[in-house]
Amino acid sequence: MAIVYQKSKALTDKELHYCPGCSHGIIHKLVAEVLEELSFIDAAIGICPVGCSVFAYDYFACDMLEAAHGRAPAVATGVKRVHPQSPVFTYQGDGDLASIGMGEIIHAAIRGEKITTIFVNNAIYGMTGGQMAPTTLIGQKTTTSPLGRDPSHCGGPAHMAELLAAVEGAAYVERVAVYDIPRLNQAKRAIKTAFEMQMQGAGFTFVEVLSSCPTNWGKTPLEAAEWVREQMVPVFPLGVTRDIRKEAAK
Amino acid sequence: MAARVTFDQDRCKGCELCTSVCPRHIVVIDTKTTNRKGYHPAAILDLSQCIACGSCAKICPDSIITVERL
Repeated sequence: MAIVYQKSKALTDKELHYCPGCSHGIIHKLVAEVLEELSFIDAAIGICPVGCSVFAYDYFACDMLEAAHGRAPAVATGVKRVHPQSPVFTYQGDGDLASIGMGEIIHAAIRGEKITTIFVNNAIYGMTGGQMAPTTLIGQKTTTSPLGRDPSHCGGPAHMAELLAAVEGAAYVERVAVYDIPRLNQAKRAIKTAFEMQMQGAGFTFVEVLSSCPTNWGKTPLEAAEWVREQMVPVFPLGVTRDIRKEAAK
Repeated sequence: MAARVTFDQDRCKGCELCTSVCPRHIVVIDTKTTNRKGYHPAAILDLSQCIACGSCAKICPDSIITVERL
């Protein structure tokens, strides 16, 4: 008898508070599986955001901290400098990272902080009730853009993976999705690579995960997964935007 | 191939993501059952068709599925 899949030991028994079909649960699992496979459960220190995933400290079995809104990369900087041997990661949504925390994430990357950031992009503010986020697509309806995001006064979506790929201190930046099994497997590989490169001291590592928010999008979980594939992926192309190992090999 | 698939049905939120990734289309929502959260949980129709690929368990956001190959 062989176990094909069971819940990761890096997750606690606490029931997730997320809505049905929310991608946060899937992304938590992928991070947990990577922590378990790399034997990081005892050593890892995670920093939680403010947003839907604010309670992630109850869900991961490793040490977790809660940071002020958007400040997770700044807290992670301090933690990593005090515990350079520990894998340190931040887990942040788009409201936390791309809006109020834009300064912190860019400067953490510029300083080349040896941390891993898991960035969950669902193109909307989840916890506060579906308002327009920096990552909201042009034309996307939210509670604060009921006619759709209008680029003439709201601009366009923030492309964090491309933005951070332009930063010298960033070692690895990839955008992934979790709407089907092949994409999910690739997302896990990306998260694993990010943690491995962090521990090799390569620099700042960043994985953007395209996520669904069925509740605030007004869709079923299956429709939301389809919306990620059809609407989000063309705007936020999947793939590696920066890998210093490849650049060094050139 | 003999497989055992266990659903912790009381923790299921009935999101249906597991039903969409099953290559044999045997994972369904059991509309005859209501769990303590008030959702119809996921279940397996015909276990003898299962190939123990683990896809349903991998995508489950609430990690309620365990897959074993016997």
